[in-house]
Amino acid sequence: MSFRLVAAGLVHANGQRALRKVSLAARRGERIAVIGPSGAGKTSLLRILATSIRPTEGQVEVLDLYPWQLNGAQLRQLRSRIGLIHQAPPIPPRQRAITAILAGRLGQWPWWKALLSLLYPLDIAGPRQQLARLDLADRLFERCDRLSGGQLQRVGAARVLYQQPDLLLADEPVSAMDPALADLTVNQLHAEAASRGATLVASLHAVDLALRWFPRVVGLKAGEILFDLPPVKISDPMLRDLYASETGPLPTQDHQPLEFGPAGSRGPKSRITVVPPHPL
Amino acid sequence: MFPSSLPRDPDAPKRLSWAMVAVVALWPLLQLAEFNPAALLDARNLKVMRGFVSQFFPPELSTEFLALLARATVETLAMATAGIALALLLAAPLGLLLAHSLSLSRIGPGPGRGRGEVLRALARLLLLALRGIPELVWALLLVRAFGLGPAAGVLALALTYGGMLGKVYAEILESGDTRPARALLETGSGRLMAFFYGLLPSTAQELASYTVYRWECAVRASVIMGFVGAGGLGQLMDQSMKMLNGGEVSAILMIFLLLVLLADKISLTLRKALA
Repeated sequence: MSFRLVAAGLVHANGQRALRKVSLAARRGERIAVIGPSGAGKTSLLRILATSIRPTEGQVEVLDLYPWQLNGAQLRQLRSRIGLIHQAPPIPPRQRAITAILAGRLGQWPWWKALLSLLYPLDIAGPRQQLARLDLADRLFERCDRLSGGQLQRVGAARVLYQQPDLLLADEPVSAMDPALADLTVNQLHAEAASRGATLVASLHAVDLALRWFPRVVGLKAGEILFDLPPVKISDPMLRDLYASETGPLPTQDHQPLEFGPAGSRGPKSRITVVPPHPL
Repeated sequence: MFPSSLPRDPDAPKRLSWAMVAVVALWPLLQLAEFNPAALLDARNLKVMRGFVSQFFPPELSTEFLALLARATVETLAMATAGIALALLLAAPLGLLLAHSLSLSRIGPGPGRGRGEVLRALARLLLLALRGIPELVWALLLVRAFGLGPAAGVLALALTYGGMLGKVYAEILESGDTRPARALLETGSGRLMAFFYGLLPSTAQELASYTVYRWECAVRASVIMGFVGAGGLGQLMDQSMKMLNGGEVSAILMIFLLLVLLADKISLTLRKALA
């Protein structure tokens, strides 16, 4: 079991409820997209899985462990196996891309290696390889405040790819990218998860991206799970109900209208060409 | 006139009452401190002050005195620098321990929360005691152990300034963007590495400029401790004043100005280098 939430609920300190009785489980290697309107609780769900917040009700189990019953050292060990790609990459603006990516392994490295890497990066090939996968190898030594929003987001993704976590979480990882780069990045997240048998959970703003790429899509609305189905079983009325829009367009990349073919014609990777990773 | 339908600023009465509290609290304080600006302009006082200041000219610039001055300056700089270096050894670990932005147990909250809070309270108490006692008092106390000379002054600086630096370091580490450090802690990083990779890049400038500013203060403080026998510029100034040699005093004062200018320059250069 990669993770399991049992009737998990979350109430923020200000009394606002973010999640209500959410039960969700995934086997090792599953790839799940989470969609839903803003404020539905997507980020809260991912942060609970990342063990960065503790649910106020219910149970959480991650990588066969109960994180909130572990001692400090065990919890750190568990956290080094979980990687979360943040929507706004938490990277100091003055840091160089290579340093930001190396930081992904701080949970695994001994302290002396981390300190030495500040003087001279002890691993250059690794970060370069991860950036190359995301078509950004030429910015390896660039300072992060000189990168665009989409480039910075890819540095954030490269950090988590470099971390090689067993549970790969992504919170709107492509929100600042154009459709081609978004496809490339999601493709690489899938490739990484597949190659190491890691579990991937990504929240996505663009419905088409979720339906096209993920074999399992979870719809979240007002803190509750509305549906948890493979894309072929998700219908137009379900999506309209999720986004509470009777007539308006559904959120997609580039605001292209979502195409509905006959059931079964839509599914993972049905309409895109997989971009091979760059040669190193 | 505003149309009456516009809502009024609901916070205005609160601001007004705070302003009134400030005035009511400050006025008796000024009275207690015997603050009377009119005394500055009193003709008799002006004459005395003019007489005092006129002794300062011309500054003493004989080679003999300048050599003495150079030696004392080096002594003072050495005392201040050694004091700040020792203070850093004290302040850096305590500041890192105190900073909430580097607290692992606050995430969740997780295991070790109680122990963390106790440790933090102890560290805060220690810093408070260190900086609560003025460096001059520490020096007088340490002179009993080390005898007259710079050693007592250096240690006194280290203790008081360690307390100040530690407190402000912790506050600098908590202000600004703490998300990078927290994100690193959430991927299993230790707190020291979360500092180096997550907080230092965005706080280095501020940490450096505050440290240099404290070095500047330490230069002044070591002068004062010179008056009680720690050597350096303070001791020289003490002698010059006792001999009523205004020219020597003004030469020493010019060195002070130059030292502050130097600290300013270092701070600017560091900030530029770290930008």
